[in-house]
Amino acid sequence: MEGIKDRVAIVGMGCTKFGELWDKSPDDLVIESCLEAFEDAGIDPKDIKAAWLGTESSGNSGTPLARPLKLDYIPITRVENVCCTGSEAIRNAAYAVAAGVYDIVLACGMEKLKDHNGGFSWARMPQDYSRVDVRSAPANFFAKLATRYFHHYGMSIEEGRKLLAQISVKNHKNGVLSPKAHLQREISVETVLKSPMITYPLSLFDACGISDGGAAAILTTPEIAESLKTDYILIKGLGLISGSEQPYLTGDFDFLHMEENVRASQAAYREAGIKDPRKEIDMAEVHDCFTIHELVIYEDLGFSQPGKAREDVEAGSFSLEGDLPVNTDGGLKCFGHPLGASGIRMVYEVYNQLLERAGKRQVQNARIGLTHNLGGVPGANCMVNIFGSVN
Amino acid sequence: MVGITSYGSYVPLWRMGGKAIGMRGEKAVACFDEDSITMAAAAGINCLRDSDRALIDKVFFASTTFPYKEKQSASVVAAACDLPYGVGTADFANSLKGGTSALLSAVDAVTAKSARRVMVTSADMRMGAPMEQHERIFGDGAAAFVVGDTDVAVGIEASYSVTDEILDIWRTQHDTFVRSWEARFAGTEGYQRMGAEAIGGLLKKSNLKPSDFSKLVFYTPDPKGSAALAKRMGFDPKTQLQDPLLNVLGNTGTSFPLILLAAALDEAKPGDNILLLGYGDGADALLLRVTEQIEDIRNRNGVKEYLDSKKMIPNYQTYLMWRGLLNPEHEKVYYSGYQENTAVPALYRERNRIFRLYASKCKACGTVHFPPQRICTKCHSQDKFDEVRLSDKKGEVFTFSMDYMGMVDSPAVIPVIDFDGGGRGEFYLTDRDINEIKIGMSVNMTFRKIFFDEGIYHYYWKAMPDRF
Repeated sequence: MEGIKDRVAIVGMGCTKFGELWDKSPDDLVIESCLEAFEDAGIDPKDIKAAWLGTESSGNSGTPLARPLKLDYIPITRVENVCCTGSEAIRNAAYAVAAGVYDIVLACGMEKLKDHNGGFSWARMPQDYSRVDVRSAPANFFAKLATRYFHHYGMSIEEGRKLLAQISVKNHKNGVLSPKAHLQREISVETVLKSPMITYPLSLFDACGISDGGAAAILTTPEIAESLKTDYILIKGLGLISGSEQPYLTGDFDFLHMEENVRASQAAYREAGIKDPRKEIDMAEVHDCFTIHELVIYEDLGFSQPGKAREDVEAGSFSLEGDLPVNTDGGLKCFGHPLGASGIRMVYEVYNQLLERAGKRQVQNARIGLTHNLGGVPGANCMVNIFGSVN
Repeated sequence: MVGITSYGSYVPLWRMGGKAIGMRGEKAVACFDEDSITMAAAAGINCLRDSDRALIDKVFFASTTFPYKEKQSASVVAAACDLPYGVGTADFANSLKGGTSALLSAVDAVTAKSARRVMVTSADMRMGAPMEQHERIFGDGAAAFVVGDTDVAVGIEASYSVTDEILDIWRTQHDTFVRSWEARFAGTEGYQRMGAEAIGGLLKKSNLKPSDFSKLVFYTPDPKGSAALAKRMGFDPKTQLQDPLLNVLGNTGTSFPLILLAAALDEAKPGDNILLLGYGDGADALLLRVTEQIEDIRNRNGVKEYLDSKKMIPNYQTYLMWRGLLNPEHEKVYYSGYQENTAVPALYRERNRIFRLYASKCKACGTVHFPPQRICTKCHSQDKFDEVRLSDKKGEVFTFSMDYMGMVDSPAVIPVIDFDGGGRGEFYLTDRDINEIKIGMSVNMTFRKIFFDEGIYHYYWKAMPDRF
């Protein structure tokens, strides 16, 4: 089978400012992200032949995309794949173009978390079982990962927390350079260590924010892209993996890695033809919902050897000046995580980096960029997407 | 001979007392996630240790504090104890003498051959009004007995009951706290008069005299009542009366005489005659005779072990919060809003996981799955598994988190438990001290209330640090 590599181009993108947008409705988030993308691509909304809306809990069906934009009588599908929802919209749109069914399509991700009291949409969660069980916030899983990781690699809780704090500090530093980020403030290791404990051993500054946001991408064939403009990027690989909750069902999961991260990245690398990710990838936007996860991602995605992420963090390898900058825009830490929007917001950063539009946070000679989302706790889903510049 | 073939008690871990509530000693206090059902289940499981659960034909449960007004509690206890589906169940409600009455009904059922073995459980957690006398006297706890006609450790040889109408202590469906008339009236015309009539009737019926008894196990409404009654009936309270434990346990309602009986049996010798007195709306007096078999059922935690294993409740506000007296919301969802809106049919489908803590064990490769699965994670065999009970397995903490966003039990400690013999699960950890928690820690399972929502008390298993 022919893969997706070099068969689909992204010719335009838009992204709202992320944050606690009390005065913006879901419609506003759709309009602001999509109008920017249309203008960037140099197309008219009437050129869109089909669209995908990624939203976890801010709307059902394609109508929340059609209504604000007045996309008249075109096929629109709403997709949901928890934290991978935005990436999933891109994936479906890309496959439709690659299939030759539609020439220009829209993928929009939008989430209005802050209309839910506290930021989570409990009432809308699926009625898939009784819920008579431990039902805890996502922080708990990642805290368990941290507890076990520290234990396994012989770190005290204090040493482990200091290590994780450096990741938060790095992302906050990048966030300051990122005008659309929710949090734009430099912090110190002390800030993290002194912040209130939310889920031991993770404290407030180990966690990403809760924000509203929207992001959009226009996808088309490389041929049409070439006719529209000179600056566009190409999809190199799309790796989506769904787990079946294996880690909790039996006793052999190590709580040191996420098998989904490993499998999804391997699938994407295979499709993109990447053999040595640490060398071949120029920058990455990864799912740093909690600092411990970014640490584990370094190892799972092959950026660091197992158990060696600590050395790379302490060497500054993943900072803006390092050999593989990660979360150059501040990541989920500074953008928050409006589920439907996050995956496309990450592509927006990769797009700007590959097109050398990233301003003060520009990574030199960035040619290959990666986005990564993990949905839910282990055994859920993961998507790794790889993009490349044209030259 | 019909009588007790096994017994077990349960006293919660927590104690409250001293100057904070104006009492001399301390009393046992159920944790926020315990109620009469969970305590009866704990006593039942202690009682059933090493015995064949399939022999139990009936389960009786006596209490004045059933969580539901309409919906049985004995059925929940039977499920948590993983008793057979073919078991008969009954609740003995509303009277403080319900514990002894249930015991007598069990004797009747076994004597009449309508059951081989009957498990009688009793538990209470009555509330006195804050800072008033009842609060200082009431404690929380449970006891369980199996009554049968083989391997009898304590014969139940005779009984005498009286019933009379008196309002000495009561609580309507509208009351949160127990009401009573003045102690002089309740003591004289209630407990002392009816207790004397029941004991006098039993002595006459069985042709025994006070000196024939090694132990008197009497319910008592106050610290001096049982000693006065014993003396009045010609016994020697100093040498014969079982300590009512009011300064270490408290009056545990229907379960009170039965916990005291368990305490007496913990130390009883073959040949001992015991006089058991239950009181409430009348009185039940029972003659018990200890047999040689008592030595065979000592392999369990006794009342003394439970009383010695304790933690003081941090402060009075915590007690008020646990009982929903500070804010009624505290009685609802203890941990997070994720737990709201249960689908009752889903609860029904998952009942073997929820109440019996069943896992599935693959017949082909032996992998234990929790929650139970139809297709094996390892070998992908389809619908080939045995159900295995995890509730009586010990486990070890593989990793954990502590969630400070919780409500009543903050931080909510959530370990991942690896069970002896296979199986892994994520559970809340209760009865814990957060400074003691570490990877590798040994835990066991305990049946608790997990949340209350939309008029439903939800029960499930939690892990707890080894208590003994």
